[in-house]
This record gives sequence, structure tokens and C-alpha cells, in this order.
Amino acid sequence: MAKQAVSFTLNGKTVDVLVEPRELLIHTLRENLNQTGAHIGCETSHCGVCTVDIDGESVKSCTLLTVQTAGSDVKSVEGMATADGLHVIQQAFVDEHGLQCGFCTPGMLMRAYRFLQENPDPNDEEIRWGMSGNLCRCTGYQNIINAVKTAAKNLQQA
Amino acid sequence: MIPSCFEYHKATSIADAIAKLQDNEDAKLLAGGHSLLPMMKLRFSEAPYLVDINGIEGLKGISIDGDTITIGAMTTESELIRSDTLQQYCPLLVEAAKLVADPQVRNKGTIGGDVAHGDPGNDHPAVMLALDAQLVIHGPDGERTIPANGFFLGTYWTALDEYEILVAIKVPALKSGTGHGYHKLKRKTGDYAVAGSAVVVEMNGDVVRDIRIGLTNVAPMAIRAEAAEDLIRGNRVDDVLLKAVEKAIVAACDPAVDLRGDEEYKSHMAAIMARRAIIQAIENAKE
Repeated sequence: MAKQAVSFTLNGKTVDVLVEPRELLIHTLRENLNQTGAHIGCETSHCGVCTVDIDGESVKSCTLLTVQTAGSDVKSVEGMATADGLHVIQQAFVDEHGLQCGFCTPGMLMRAYRFLQENPDPNDEEIRWGMSGNLCRCTGYQNIINAVKTAAKNLQQA
Repeated sequence: MIPSCFEYHKATSIADAIAKLQDNEDAKLLAGGHSLLPMMKLRFSEAPYLVDINGIEGLKGISIDGDTITIGAMTTESELIRSDTLQQYCPLLVEAAKLVADPQVRNKGTIGGDVAHGDPGNDHPAVMLALDAQLVIHGPDGERTIPANGFFLGTYWTALDEYEILVAIKVPALKSGTGHGYHKLKRKTGDYAVAGSAVVVEMNGDVVRDIRIGLTNVAPMAIRAEAAEDLIRGNRVDDVLLKAVEKAIVAACDPAVDLRGDEEYKSHMAAIMARRAIIQAIENAKE
């Protein structure tokens, strides 16, 4: 099957890749572009560890073809921190112990990044519902809820 | 995880998409991709040609004209939830969409794809039956509009022909004296229903003038519980009547046995979901 040239923006920079139509975005990010923060935790679109931000929406990159992202603005966890240090949301996950093995964390962070723009002052129930596309085996979610709440507070003060 | 090879075409118009369907054997339309790609990743589907309809103008958006709301087939679940028009004039669709999948999936999955997939587990088909929605379909011979009632023929089997595209869904705007409810029993957030029921009622005082009951995931396809509707229509709803309605709904069910439960459990839960949805619908018709 002929490969297709695809260009999109990744963390502010234009990237060009040559992919088969069947290639999933998660594989392009990890294998072609060496951005291995986004992970793969299932093959049924449930776990959300592959979550990235595309054109202002959280998307599971295991359920999107790379050819579909042509011209899109993609943000991954590698684009979160700046020269000044960790993003407020990253720091909140550290401070609240919102991760252990760290495998779900990039997806959690990218979802929290978008969720807190959709709902800047969420209560616990809204956080749980807003983060329901992301599974975690380690934390039992409680400290992730705390991290998102802390991040919300700090983002509003920033 | 790895789909088979296929050719990919991003359609520029509805006519272009229909032409590509005709020109390529076993081609499939790619909408939100959150049913099709999962099936392809497990090789349940090995479509050799995908026609991506995400870029087509006019397949998105929600508009209201008089008593009719028109929803473009490529409108995502998230857009349904955010829609002021639907919140005001068809809150049943908003409430049902909130129970579909999870935030990421709702950002991609579309109402048209949910309806056209023909999976009895999907939520929108029963909602379409309860709303008495009209489906606007384009094909090589032009446009036709058909009622949702009769569209769902079996598991993954609908009235959509091989070269046709579902382009829009028309639902009635809420009238005074009408009420609605959707109740979905599920094992966890994001799961398909063990059983679900969508209900729309039209009240005349305390008497139910008309009612439509759609059932989710308790038959090879979404179904109307017509015998139960007949029991209610023209009557006041009380506990005695609801007992009879529950029996009629259990009798209408023909669920598949799987990890969500056996036939007896699912049928009984369908009756409970319908009871709750009927009570909710009657309650909010009074508001």
C-alpha cells in the first residue's frame, strides 16, 4: 500500500511523516517521531493512556489514523513543560502524588490539560466524569482527583 | 491492534463519497472511527478502502426550523452535549449523549455513526425510536427520508443501502406537555448498556395521550416496546399499570447472553429501566 506524506503540527513544530494509511497516530508519535510519552495500554480504545490534544480536543491517538491528522495541531505531554519548568498540572501531579508507575500519567496530564480549559473550576464529581476515559491501575484515582483540583486552583491564581 | 492494509480517501463532498463507495468494492465510510477502527484493529473488519467523510461541508451542525431540529450526521457526541439548541429543545439527546462512552470518544464519535453502525449496544438507536426521528439519506439516486422506526433491521444491519450515506437526523422540538427519559444500566462509565430505555410521552392532564418506548441492547437491534405502549396510551399511569407494562417489556426482549448477564436478567433490567424512564418522562412533562 502506497505511503502517504502527512504534515501536522506537534507541540508547535511542523512535522512531516510518510505513513501507510493504516498507521495509527500513537505509532507515528512513538515510533516515527520518538515521542514516547504517550503510551499504549489496550487495543479496545478504553484506557486513554494514548490521549493527546488535537485541535483543542482530547483524543485517543490509538483510534485515529495518522493520515487523518493532516493539518492538525497536536499537543503531547512532551510539549507541556516550558523553559521555566513543569506545567502547573505536572507540578500538581507531583505534589499530590497523583502517579506511581507513571504509565497512565501522560494521558492523564493531557486530558487534565484540556479538561481544565473546558471546566476551570470543577468539583470532585465533575473531575471523575471528565477524566473517565483514562484508566489507572496504581493510584485508585483519589490523588489524581486531588492533583486536578490543585492544578485548577493554581491555574486560576497564575 | 494492527489493522489490515487499506486505501484511504478523504472525500470532498457527499457526491464524491458516494462515487468512491460505488467504485471500490467493500469500501467503508469513516466517520468518528470509534467503532470502525476498533473492529479493524481486531480484524473483525478488513475493509480494503476507507472513505473519510470528516472533511465534508454540511454534514455537521445543529439547526432548528419551526418544530424540527436537524442534526448533521457528523455532529459529535460532545457537540450534542454542548448544543444550546438541544439543551433547550431536545434535552433527551443531551442526557443520552452524556451516557455514551467517555470524553475522548465523544469528541470523535458522531450521532450518525452511532445510528448507522446498527450495534444493539449503541444508545442513540433507541433514542431515535423514542423521538420518532426521521433519517435523511443520500444515495446514487438522490435523497430519501425514512423514519427511524423500521431503520434497525438486525445486528449491524440497517435500512441503509450499500452506496448510501446517512447525512442528517431530524427530531421534533420539545412541545409543551411532552416529557422524556433515558435510563441506562451499565457496569461502569463508558460501557454499553446491560439494558436501557428511552421514553417520550405526550400528556393530556394525567392521561398519557401518546408514548414511545425504545429499548437498548435487549434484542438483536434497538426495538420499540409497542405492546407496552398500547397498555399505557390513553390511560393514567399507576403501579398496577406499570406492573403490566413491565411484563410486556420482558416479553418483548430477546437479549443476547454475554458477560453483561443472561436473558432473564437483561429482560428484567430492561423493564426496570423502562419503568424509571416512563416515570421520569411523565414527571418532566408536568414541568
